[in-house]
Amino acid sequence: MKTEDTEPPIESRLHGRLQMEIQRGQETPAECVSRRNFFAKLCIALSGVCALILGIPMVGFVLAPLFRKTPESWIPLGKTGDFEIGKTVNVTFVDSSPLPWAGITAKNAAWLRRASATEFIAFSVNCTHLGCPVRWLADAELFMCPCHGGVYYKDGSVAAGPPPHPLIRYEVRVVNDEVEIKSAAIPITTTL
Amino acid sequence: MKRLAMAVWKWVDDRIGISDLVGPAMNHLVPRDSKWWYVFGSATMLAFIVQVVTGVALAFSYVSSSSQAYETLQFITNDAPFGRMLRGMHYYGASAMVLMVGAHLAQTFLFGAYKFPREMNWATGVLLLGMTIVMGFTGQLLRWDQTAAWSVVVAAEQAGRVPIIGDWLARFILGGNTIGGATLSRFFAIHVFFIPAMLFIFIGLHLWLVLRHGISEPPVPGQPVDPKTYRERYHEFLEKHGHPFWPDGAWRDFVFGTGLIIAIALLAYFVGPPAIEKPPDPSLLSADPRPDWYLLWYFALLALIPPRVEGYIMILIPVVIGTLLLIVPLVNNRGERAPSRRPWSIAVVLLSVITIGSLWVLGVASPWSPNFNPGHLPAQVIGATSGPVFQGAVLFEEKGCLNCHLISGVGGRRGPDLSYIGNELTQDNMVIRIVNGGVNMPAFGGTLKPAEIDSLVAFLSSRRRAVP
Repeated sequence: MKTEDTEPPIESRLHGRLQMEIQRGQETPAECVSRRNFFAKLCIALSGVCALILGIPMVGFVLAPLFRKTPESWIPLGKTGDFEIGKTVNVTFVDSSPLPWAGITAKNAAWLRRASATEFIAFSVNCTHLGCPVRWLADAELFMCPCHGGVYYKDGSVAAGPPPHPLIRYEVRVVNDEVEIKSAAIPITTTL
Repeated sequence: MKRLAMAVWKWVDDRIGISDLVGPAMNHLVPRDSKWWYVFGSATMLAFIVQVVTGVALAFSYVSSSSQAYETLQFITNDAPFGRMLRGMHYYGASAMVLMVGAHLAQTFLFGAYKFPREMNWATGVLLLGMTIVMGFTGQLLRWDQTAAWSVVVAAEQAGRVPIIGDWLARFILGGNTIGGATLSRFFAIHVFFIPAMLFIFIGLHLWLVLRHGISEPPVPGQPVDPKTYRERYHEFLEKHGHPFWPDGAWRDFVFGTGLIIAIALLAYFVGPPAIEKPPDPSLLSADPRPDWYLLWYFALLALIPPRVEGYIMILIPVVIGTLLLIVPLVNNRGERAPSRRPWSIAVVLLSVITIGSLWVLGVASPWSPNFNPGHLPAQVIGATSGPVFQGAVLFEEKGCLNCHLISGVGGRRGPDLSYIGNELTQDNMVIRIVNGGVNMPAFGGTLKPAEIDSLVAFLSSRRRAVP
């Protein structure tokens, strides 16, 4: 009696069936191989189609924030009289178009210096070395970075340490006695 | 009862085929001499299991929203039953995973176990090491506090140094142009879904390769690997000197693994999870972002490399380390395996440990960072209560000198210790340094008045060693 243990493996059984079909004249060997090739290629092609159907929206969704246009807008910081000439102060503001669930992460900051009665300079708080938040030492008139010791003068130029560039400046304007800053991206240093 | 249980088990096993599935793995022969040196791989996997279990539990309460994650972490740590313990176990489990994967790497390298036919075991292990580090970093960011938020910025800045696509990569990390609503959720997806899925795939592949090629036998001097004869020799060796993995070989893995879990639990209970700092508010600038301990050495490296080449080094160091590790078995897959016949392998491991250890110690001290809370110079250190020396001391504090320089143990370590500068520099030289600045020192000529410089010089000149 034939048992399951002695039954030939499925590959040889399939191959045997193929041989029988060829012998019965239903398919020539070339046709058969061609048919099998076609099915194999069809399956691979369909897998590719499935991958594309899944992959395109997935990749598009993940990369979407890169292409999301953030409207640049002018954000009011206060009246000109709020800022003393010669002083540098920390100003905080909310991003121009935060996502609804951003919460406190929508907040942003800059160092604003009133250089003269009419001139305001706004520096990014990000060290140009690796982006850490620089602090203003008022008496020393220096910006210092806590991470790797970058130091900047009051005009944002590099005084010491590893920063490759001066502090990035934001655009500032005065409209109707109101100081406004133009929202901008976190400056990314690309040295290469 | 026992008979019934056995019958049930036989029925289940027949229908599911558990014994057929895991039997060969459990019963495969392993070298009898593979003792405690061989426990690090299983310990790494066990630490990963700890991470999966504790991570799944934490995900029941953690909300991956930029605005709410901080509050949910507070809840998990302070209010949820076992929350503090779970956070601690997740943190120390991550630390254990990094330590164990490092030990596993070193042991495999020292024993020459990466050689034929186990080249791909090594390669998949290197990829798993990389994924472990990425998991560690992204895990720190999910601790969504001030340090985490600024660490995202630092990561984006580093990615920005990649040629051509740097800016694009940086925006990808930030989830836009700034930190915001999209930032945390993408790191959550990467940390919880993407990398773990890759880890499961590569751990599976790694284990399959361990079964396929067998656990390497302890190296013996004078028995080099020859790809033509190795497999045959290995199987002969196993027949003579092997025993089944379960339980003869596995018991050490279980003992070591249990010790590891107990250590993780004890640390979690008694030391607790890392503190949650201030909220992730990008407008709070009193931040001092530092990576968790396993990346502190790289943080130190970034501070020490010369600024001119740091853009290249920042990118090239990880690429070079990864490439070197990956090509090791391709250029050296035969010959002696014993460390005694490969002294350079001992030197490489020692040098790596010493380098990373030294950088780590420097990273902890961070002497390149200004001290933003330097305190005040005590009156007995100043040595005067009025006059130029006293005024100079006041200016030394006000102008930020004390943030970077040490005076009798008070101040920062960014610049040289000036406790005895009066013995080392003339007054003229001091004026030149103060006015013009120096290496890593700002020039103060534009901000100090002549009288202020005189006072500072008077104070600094008085910093002298006591005359016996």
